[in-house]
Amino acid sequence: MRRTLGIVALVVAGLLFLPSTPAWAQKGPIKVGMLVPQTGPLAANGKDMINALELFFEEQKYRLAGRDIKLIIEDDEGKPATGLTKARGLVEGQGVHLITGPLSAAVGYAVAPYIDSKKVPALYPIVSGEDITQRKRSPYIVRVGWSSGQPSHPFGKWVYDNLKYRKIAMIGYDFAFGWEVAAGFHRTFEEAGGQVVQKLWPPLGTADFGPYLAQLRRDVDAIYAVFSGADALRFAKQFAEAGLKERLPLIGGGTFTDEHVLRSMGDEALGIVTALHYSAVVGTPANRKFAQAYEAKYKQAPSYYAEGTYVAGVALKAALEATGGDIESVDKFLAALRRVDLSDAPRGPMRFDDYGNPVQNIYVRKVEKVGGRLQNTVIHTFPNISQFWTYKAEDFLKNPVYSRDYPPCKSC
Amino acid sequence: MPGAARRGGWVVAGLGTAAVLLAAAPLFLSSYPLTLLTQALIYAIFAMSLDILLGYTGLPSLGHAAYFGVGAYAVAILATEFRAGFWTCLVAAVAAAILAGALFGPLAIRAVGTYFLMITLALGMLVWGLAFRWVSVTKGDNGISGLERPTLGPWSFADPTAFYFLSLVTFVVSAACLVVVVRSPFGMSLMGIRESEARMRSLGYNVWLHKYLAFMLAAAFAGVAGFLWAYYNGFVSPVEVQLVTSVEALLMVALGGSGTLVGPALGAGLIVFLKNFVSVYTKRWLLILGGVYICVILFAPGGIIGALKRRPR
Repeated sequence: MRRTLGIVALVVAGLLFLPSTPAWAQKGPIKVGMLVPQTGPLAANGKDMINALELFFEEQKYRLAGRDIKLIIEDDEGKPATGLTKARGLVEGQGVHLITGPLSAAVGYAVAPYIDSKKVPALYPIVSGEDITQRKRSPYIVRVGWSSGQPSHPFGKWVYDNLKYRKIAMIGYDFAFGWEVAAGFHRTFEEAGGQVVQKLWPPLGTADFGPYLAQLRRDVDAIYAVFSGADALRFAKQFAEAGLKERLPLIGGGTFTDEHVLRSMGDEALGIVTALHYSAVVGTPANRKFAQAYEAKYKQAPSYYAEGTYVAGVALKAALEATGGDIESVDKFLAALRRVDLSDAPRGPMRFDDYGNPVQNIYVRKVEKVGGRLQNTVIHTFPNISQFWTYKAEDFLKNPVYSRDYPPCKSC
Repeated sequence: MPGAARRGGWVVAGLGTAAVLLAAAPLFLSSYPLTLLTQALIYAIFAMSLDILLGYTGLPSLGHAAYFGVGAYAVAILATEFRAGFWTCLVAAVAAAILAGALFGPLAIRAVGTYFLMITLALGMLVWGLAFRWVSVTKGDNGISGLERPTLGPWSFADPTAFYFLSLVTFVVSAACLVVVVRSPFGMSLMGIRESEARMRSLGYNVWLHKYLAFMLAAAFAGVAGFLWAYYNGFVSPVEVQLVTSVEALLMVALGGSGTLVGPALGAGLIVFLKNFVSVYTKRWLLILGGVYICVILFAPGGIIGALKRRPR
């Protein structure tokens, strides 16, 4: 029993002698804390995020606005509670000046109140949960990524006007991300005059889409799909194997054919039309440079996870240069960050709206094979798209957040 | 028996020192280690509740996170939707966990061994499915956020130190209750069931009822842990009821030593420590955790406490 005591004492003593750095160490390096899944099902996408931010800092020689940058990466495992604990570790244990990440919306929502309470600036490059910059927005969180419905709004109208589809069946992830992406499209497509006649929601990680493919209505002009990662891969493949590819065109949310999954897709992906704020082949000079450098270093085309996190770096640099490297005056830094107007982000021009979400180009992309490799060829560009599309922000925010039941499916 | 008396003295001295150290921790710990210590205490309650099933009754449950999660969700829903206070939430969390245990118990305790493991796993997944899919109540995958720390009369637990003390007091009270239970005749009968169910039955004990009560008791204290956990994080999501949470609790019990109560608490502390400090230095911390487990299973199957008890005195 004496040893039990010894162990208890050791654990407590271990906690006692932790290095606790004061958070207000003036004018040392700027500490950037990154929350990202390094283990679990989202680890591959998390790797893209780390790659891109490291690439950016290496290009800047780990110096921004005359100050050294120290990057601290923590694994949130894609779990909210772990993410929150790691965020605490970054802020209170390591004294970071800024948090960037995470990837999963659930982690994003979980750490937001903590970020608020500690008044730490945060850059969200990937989390697209609508309410992060809408009904639950925070003065400390600026999003350099997108809101789920942002690409879907213009796309819905575009599909009605240009592809002339009138009836569509939808299939997508059965959680907030899937509902929100689909709902944005649903809303503008029906407002343009089209009809969504079916919405199917398979769970995350569905191995066999057979039962869902059998249910999908055949009397429609196209199928709209929202998936990503391995689910996107399996869905596209099984859709083709079921002989549906010849009969029904596939369109969908941008992650469905994003480069992170397009790398592993085959010819079954050809012709899929999706919308997103990025494609690895966007023709801006900044993107040519970024995509080339990324490909040279990591031997693959950058995904939107990579570009988004890279832009977090670009925005951080611009804000720091505006404040002369002062990140300790949080309010001043946040004001500068929100005023950032980038002309040279890889995705094209980008600035922030009053709610901390980017106003940016939305690209309609079609999967084509160029030089033996699949790519998202841009077939139409919508400039200056905000998260509210053409609606007034106040009216938009009066509606409930997009969900499985909103907007209601009138023609189902 | 002078040896036993001396040993008893050591136990008292050890627990006393631990209590003093824990009570004094806020004096010398900065806020981050203190929040981790809070987390360790909450997990310790959770692991001890599982120990009632695993260590004392011999029922290895793989779905214990269900009761933890039910408790946490009860708090989250009541506190955000109905602005319920401290006591309402505490009572509701424990009641909800007991209710879940009362419903699942009869299904689970019909089986033993691996089958018990599988049934509890399935029941745990059922609760996870509810948390994930019943969006109108649980907010689905995004979870319920915006939960504020409670106040109790003149005290507010918003401050990390105050919340630490709340967790510490809850931990001490829970531990005391559980110690009383396992030392009572009821606890002895549970151990009897663990050793030989058939013999207990032939002696006239109502084995089913004992198991059922143990099941609900474990659920109740898991609910207490869930209650603290919801306030600690300020949000609840389906991950709390996932299989990994149940497995983690099992590992805490196994690491510390099942059937000892002190062991699971120690195991909880060790795992929180490994997870949050070792991971700062290496992202391969899971490998280290795995290594520790393999060593425990090979060299100390009774866990840390079991290994210490076996030493000659």
